[in-house]
Amino acid sequence: MPNESDPARLDLYRISVAYNGTSVLCDVTLQVPHGAQVAVVGPNGAGKSTLFKALVGLLPIQRGHVHIHGRSLGAHQDCVAYVPQREEVDWHFPVTVADVVMMGRYGRLGWVRRPRPVDREIVARSLEQLGITDLAGRPVGDLSGGQQQRVFLARALAQEPHILLMDEPFTGVDVATQEAVLQLLEQLKPADVTVMVSTHDLNLAAARFGRVLLLNRRVVAYGVPEQVLTPTHIKEAFGGQVLFLDEGAVIVDRCCPTGTLGGSL
Amino acid sequence: MITWLVKPLTYGFMQRGLAAALMVGVLCAVVGCYVVLRSMAFLGDALAHAVLPGVALAYLLGANLLIGALIAAIAVALGIGFFSRRGRIKEDTAIGILFAAALSLGVVLISTIQTYAVDLTHILFGNVLGVSGTDLWLTGVLGVVVLVVVALLYKEFLLVSFDPVLGTTLRFPVGFLRTLLLILLALTIVVSLQTVGVGLVAAMLVTPGATAYLLTRRLFPMMLLSAGIGAFSSLVGLYLSFYLDVASGGAVVLTATAVFLLVFLFVPRRGLVWAGVRRLRGGREGQDAGLCGEGD
Repeated sequence: MPNESDPARLDLYRISVAYNGTSVLCDVTLQVPHGAQVAVVGPNGAGKSTLFKALVGLLPIQRGHVHIHGRSLGAHQDCVAYVPQREEVDWHFPVTVADVVMMGRYGRLGWVRRPRPVDREIVARSLEQLGITDLAGRPVGDLSGGQQQRVFLARALAQEPHILLMDEPFTGVDVATQEAVLQLLEQLKPADVTVMVSTHDLNLAAARFGRVLLLNRRVVAYGVPEQVLTPTHIKEAFGGQVLFLDEGAVIVDRCCPTGTLGGSL
Repeated sequence: MITWLVKPLTYGFMQRGLAAALMVGVLCAVVGCYVVLRSMAFLGDALAHAVLPGVALAYLLGANLLIGALIAAIAVALGIGFFSRRGRIKEDTAIGILFAAALSLGVVLISTIQTYAVDLTHILFGNVLGVSGTDLWLTGVLGVVVLVVVALLYKEFLLVSFDPVLGTTLRFPVGFLRTLLLILLALTIVVSLQTVGVGLVAAMLVTPGATAYLLTRRLFPMMLLSAGIGAFSSLVGLYLSFYLDVASGGAVVLTATAVFLLVFLFVPRRGLVWAGVRRLRGGREGQDAGLCGEGD
């Protein structure tokens, strides 16, 4: 459990992010300490993906600032890795699994330089961690959806990130991949990698993460699960999508997998 | 046989032609891998036509035609990058607009030229046997520059072609690399005009790369194979042109097309003929192979 007094590794101060001209995130301030694992939850359109995209430079931050290790965003070329919900790559491209994972090393390699033996070792280790060593020589287009997801997780690991952002890694994947992601989260704890994972599964967020960020275009609540996932906060974030029953709350989400909250609350 | 092979080489124009055709064959084939993989065949064709106003202008001013073509191609490549990066217009729409505009400008300029210009028809249809020593040097130097940049930035071009999102998160200048690739494509097209001409350069870009794509599933071997196929087509095409007395550009492209068709039909396991053989064998064996998509 990260200590509150640790220096903040990721520091967001009053940031606003717009997407296609409409602002999606307003005035978001939060600190994620060294090595913390944060579940990011909120209704659809809450800005979970937008937050991640802004943190890796895919969307411009309009106001406020982000500091990582006390230095502003962009000063670190490769310390934030991002695994999108769905990879939009050309699956017919002639690259093997090992080639794709090696791309994670490109940031560290810099311009023109070729992969060194140490990069190959890191790629091999990343493949092993995700249990896909035997797929190394296969073209990416030949893989199943779950296998592809694991390839991109291995690539994110090969980046040796200090901060790892995963957008909905539990949505629409097979059980084996879901288990691989959860195992990966455990493996990352001793390595002190800061992790932010967006999810629709509030049970998972409460059970597996030290911290939860409840987001709805701004920070509704942020902290340990017991303090964040209270009926008041959930109602505030999800609005009319929540149905309160005697034994707890049920979130009625119109398009995505329904998240349920058990009686413990 | 040996005299058959050597005889054309006794002519100076044939030596220069072969050297130019080989260089262009390899260059187009290597750059063409990106054209095939990023579905830029239309762009390649458009750029080839877009050189026309540059060529016409250079002709009117009495300047070097290749330099005129180069300036026009780079201007159009940058223009396409500029319009499509503003976001409102899709890349193929930007290509369509600029391609038609440049071609029209070329036609208008050429219509002001009173005399029948032989040099201009060479740009349109290619005449590798008319390559001068200066042209050969220009082709060689530009070709080497393009190949060196492609080799040095292999990793970067692979990244922005396969996954531009990762490229951005790793803080590579994705837009710059894309534009650079367009400029390399423009250079390739210009040095190829002398050999195969405006009309056929797109085929030299696409056909060897597409053939190599059928044979391998990794980029680097694909480039090597493509280069080999490009060189082979140039060589065979030129000999055919010499002995059958047909247009050289057309002979080169038709040879490349023949190689493509052979590979498409006979490539191990995935070719049409193999699929047919499996079907003929019939029974459970054939069905299983069809269902699993491999083995026979």
